[in-house]
Order: sequence, then C-alpha cells, then structure tokens
Amino acid sequence: MKLLVAVKRVVDYNVKVRVKSDHTAVETAGVKMSMNPFDEIAVEEAVRLKEKGIATEIIAVSLGVTQCQETIRTALAMGADRGILVETDVALEPLAVAKMLKAIAIKEGAELVLLGKQAIDDDMNATGQMLAALLGWPQGTFASKVEIADGTATVTREVDGGLETVALTMPAVITADLRLNEPRYASLPNIMKARKKTIDVMKPEDLGVDPAPRLSILSVNEPPVRKAGIKVADVAALIDKLRNEAKVI
Amino acid sequence: MTSLVVLDFDAHGIKQPSRSAIAAAALLGEVHVLIAGSGVGNAPAEAAKIAGVAKVLVADDASLTHGLAEPLSALIVSLAGSYAHIMWAATAAGKNVLPRVAALLDVQPLSDISGVVDADTFIRPIYAGNALATVKSSDSKKVITVRASSFDPVAAEGGSASIETLTVAAVAPQSKYLSSELSKSERPELTAAKIIVSGGRGMQNGENFTKLLDPIADKLGAAVGASRAAVDAGFVPNDYQVGQTGKIVAPDLYIAVGISGAIQHLAGMKDSKVIVAINKDEDAPIFQVADYGLVGDLFTILPELEKAL
Ligand SMILES: Cc1cc2nc3c(=O)[nH]c(=O)nc-3n(C[C@H](O)[C@H](O)[C@H](O)COP(=O)(O)OP(=O)(O)OC[C@H]3O[C@@H](n4cnc5c(N)ncnc54)[C@H](O)[C@@H]3O)c2cc1C
Ligand SMILES: Nc1ncnc2c1ncn2[C@@H]1O[C@H](COP(=O)(O)O)[C@@H](O)[C@H]1O
Repeated sequence: MKLLVAVKRVVDYNVKVRVKSDHTAVETAGVKMSMNPFDEIAVEEAVRLKEKGIATEIIAVSLGVTQCQETIRTALAMGADRGILVETDVALEPLAVAKMLKAIAIKEGAELVLLGKQAIDDDMNATGQMLAALLGWPQGTFASKVEIADGTATVTREVDGGLETVALTMPAVITADLRLNEPRYASLPNIMKARKKTIDVMKPEDLGVDPAPRLSILSVNEPPVRKAGIKVADVAALIDKLRNEAKVI
Repeated sequence: MTSLVVLDFDAHGIKQPSRSAIAAAALLGEVHVLIAGSGVGNAPAEAAKIAGVAKVLVADDASLTHGLAEPLSALIVSLAGSYAHIMWAATAAGKNVLPRVAALLDVQPLSDISGVVDADTFIRPIYAGNALATVKSSDSKKVITVRASSFDPVAAEGGSASIETLTVAAVAPQSKYLSSELSKSERPELTAAKIIVSGGRGMQNGENFTKLLDPIADKLGAAVGASRAAVDAGFVPNDYQVGQTGKIVAPDLYIAVGISGAIQHLAGMKDSKVIVAINKDEDAPIFQVADYGLVGDLFTILPELEKAL
C-alpha cells in the first residue's frame, strides 16, 4: 500500500509570533520554521505502518515555497521514501491544498493519506476533511490510535466527550492528533541517507489546480493584551479577592 | 439572507455552544437550525424554543446515528442551496464535518470565527490566538465554524419556530461507528461551565486530581480541565484538555493549578473573565495573564483552599 503524508512548513511552535507593523500579516522573516508538530506525528505513524509491513512506500508532500524542501527532508530523515514539493509563492488555503493533494493521491495510486489535524499557523483544521470529501473517501479525524487490516482502517478519535472508534473502508484519509504517537528524532545516519532520496518538484498548474486564495486578509491585529494582575499572600487573601473584588464566587 | 446552523445535542438536550453559534448567525439575518441524528427525541421541540430561531429542520434517520461525517455532510450539502451561510459551533463534530461540506461545495471554510464584521467578513484567531485576522471571503456561500466562547449564547427559551421534517436520501456507507469511551461526570461541561479548575503536570498524578481538585470543583460547581501535559501523562482523559488544540473556554473564573502557561494552553483560556494561578514558580508565564496569583506549593494550598470555601 502506498501512503501519502502531508507536511507543512510553519513557524516553530516555540516562537512567540509578532504582528507586522503594517498589520498585513504575522512577521515570518528571520523566524525559525519547522515541520507542523501534528505532521511529525503523521510522519511517525506512516513510518510505523511501513515498519509493520502495512505500507510499502511513503511519499512526503509539501506545498509552498522552495524552502518546504527542508520540511520534506525532515520527513525523509524520519523514514519517508521520497518527496514531492508543489512549489508556489501563493499563500495556500486548505481548499487549494486539498485539490492538489487529491491530484497527487490519484496519480500515485495512494490508498491512505495521513495529515496533521491542524496547522499551527492558520489553525484551520480543515485540509484532511476537505481532501477526503474531494476524493470521495471516508475520513478519520483527530486520530489517537490507528490500526489497519483487511482493507479497513480502525481509527480511535478524540472527540468532545472522550474517545470514539470508527472503521473506515480503505482508501481513506486520517488526521493525526497529539496522542497518536511520539515522533522519533532522525538519527545522523538517517539524515545523511535522506539527502540522497529524491524530491520531485512540480507547480500547481502541473496538477491542474488554480491555487488562488478565496479569502483575502484585510488586516491582522494583536489580540487585546491581558495585563498581569496581582500576587496575593495566601489562601484567605485569594478568597477575599474572589468574593469581594471580582465577585466570581 | 438566511443561515443554517447545525446543532449539537445529546440525550440531555441541545449543547450550549450551539446557542453561541446561533448568536453569531443571528448577526447575519434569519436563522434556521438543523437537528440531524436518529431517535432525536425532544431535541426539535427544544430547538424550536430557542430565541431567534425561525425554523427547525429535522433529519431523523438510522444513517445519522453517530454523526458520521460522510452521510451527514451529504445531507447538509443537499440543504445548502437555500442558505447563504452554513454554520456550526467549533465543536469536535463541527470541526469534523463542516470542512467536508465546504469542499463538496467548492468553498474555502472559515474556521473558528471569533467575530462577525459583515456577511462576507469575519474575524478569526490564528497562531494560537496570538493574532486576529480579519478575512473577507469571495465564495458565494460561506461555511463557518464558530468559536462559542466569543459569542454569548442566545436564550434557550423565547422562540416559537416551525418544525419541518426532512426525508434523508440513502448514502452508501463508507465508515462505521464501533464504540465510544465517554468520560462520565456529574460536573458541568467545560465549554458551558462558569467556573473551571484546571490542573497541569504539577499535579503529579491522576489520584491528586481526584483527591485535591475534585473537592474544590464540587464546592464551586466547577468543571475540571487540564493542560496537555496532564492529559499526555494519563492523569485525566483527553477531553479535559484546554488549549489551542483542545477546548477553548472563557468562564467567569479559571483557576490554573500547577500549569506553567505555555502559549498553547493560554490560547484556550486567556479570554476567561478572571484568572487565578497557583504555581510554586513565581516566574511561571501563567502569572503574566493571571488576575490573582498565589505562589506556593499546590499540595499545601489546595487543601487550605478546599477548607476555606
Ligand atoms: C502542537 C502543540 C499543541 C499543543 N496544544 C496544547 C493544548 O491544547 N493545551 C495545552 O495545555 N498544551 C498544549 N501544548 C503543550 C504546551 O506547549 C505545554 O507543553 C503544556 O501546556 C505544558 O503543560 P503544564 O503547564 O501542565 O506543564 P509544565 O510546563 O511542565 O508546567 C508544570 C508547572 O507546574 C508547576 N508545579 C510543579 N509542581 C508544583 C507544585 N507542587 N506546586 C505548585 N506548582 C507546581 C511548575 O512550576 C510548572 O510551572 C501543545 C504543544 C504543541 C507542540
Ligand atoms: N501547504 C501545505 N503543505 C503540506 N501539508 C499541508 C499544507 N497545508 C495543510 N497541510 C496538511 O493539512 C493539515 C491541516 O492543515 P490546516 O487545515 O491548514 O489546519 C496539516 O497538518 C498538514 O498535514
């Protein structure tokens, strides 16, 4: 079974982002970029499926600027077999990403696509669901456990009240939640090996997709800042404040 | 201009986040709501009473029993023609199904909006709420999930909507519901609670949640939440997680105990009215957003607090 895993290049989760002074976007120049943390989990799951003999080939796909190559290299160092970069300077939205991933999934004959549940930059939480819709495949979102056997993917999902388990008829799309696994660190030999793996580069036009955004960003602003309050000396003082000042208990 | 709002409900009734989604939709014009499930019981009648709802659509069919994304999105797409906006609270169900609907309609969804500017323009948090983007959609139809904590819920009573029963077209099943493991609790739900007491890694284990936090939550009528670290370590179930990728809450009072205050956690609770932090590290970032900070060991503070309440 061929497996596709989508890896997005995002501002590293440790960076405290700042809004640009012209309010058009968040400052990304000179900021550390990394693979979206949920996508690391998706890659790890893909590699485990290959180690179990369920997946035969893992193709890591990233869409965006040239530097997304680095994100693909990280996936290759973790154990993906080859990469595809869809190169564009257009700021992509989930709809366009889903359309391009669909074209690649069909072209490659993939039977499973793994994605992160959410990109920590746009916080959309949409691409996997949209890809499943466009492919006409079932979806297993927010996965905390995945088992694949006999053409069925059994997915345990994190939902509002706890956990839910569903069985999907393959081919299928699965999005990874935080507790699916703990991603491995790439070893130095594997990082070296990854340099020799191939990355095919294509353009949105090669996939017949118009990447133009549907949303225009009118402005980006800082949220209202919450100012730090006071430190209280003890429990009695705390209760007094909550009762008599804040009046919340 | 009419909006369709898909409601979340269970045997106990319609969930509060749904009434926040209705509040957002009401800013745009007339509101219709959809109750989809099987054996929907009293939910349609309850929905008809919600303030501001003009019409309740009811789809009661075995294929919709567990809210599986494939049949449910097909149903919503079949209704989409009459609506300018299709909305759902950003609950696990809404986040699962609405993007699928959007793709089928060739629309770029607007996820987790925290503000409505006009029929095409919305505000949504990005980068874990560290920035707010005002975005204008050029799609002719808008597909939107609503951050419930940003909109005061409309009243549960006061409306008298008409109820219309739909026939549900059969869809070839692609997925099957197997089981659930739902946390049982007599406490209020996180997303509806007025007071939340949350524990982090500092709690050390699940037993301490039961022994030290639960009694305080009981006295305050509060819900219990947690940081990702506490969930990952297995102290409490996944649905306790508050944060960028967990639940987004804005109660009147949020008490963070043994939580450092990582941006991903703050993303889920920093709109709370009053924040209390209890932490032994006086430099913990949580104190930067806390109205009242108490520096000290939670193992001595919590029993004192319980006694004093
Ligand atoms: C993609 C991604 C998504 C994430 N999403 C979320 C999310 O949704 N929600 C979330 O919470 N996190 C999330 N995180 C994790 C987040 O970055 C932090 O790791 C996490 O919030 C830390 O949890 P914590 O504060 O409980 O633990 P720690 O950071 O370890 O803090 C423990 C605190 O307890 C205090 N403490 C210890 N012992 C005591 C004691 N005896 N008395 C008093 N205080 C004590 C310590 O001083 C410390 O401040 C996410 C991370 C990533 C990468
Ligand atoms: N430009 C992209 N390149 C690769 N993967 C992407 C891209 N955008 C989104 N994805 C995938 O879709 C997931 C969800 O993203 P989003 O819907 O934007 O929150 C991410 O975790 C990635 O797996």
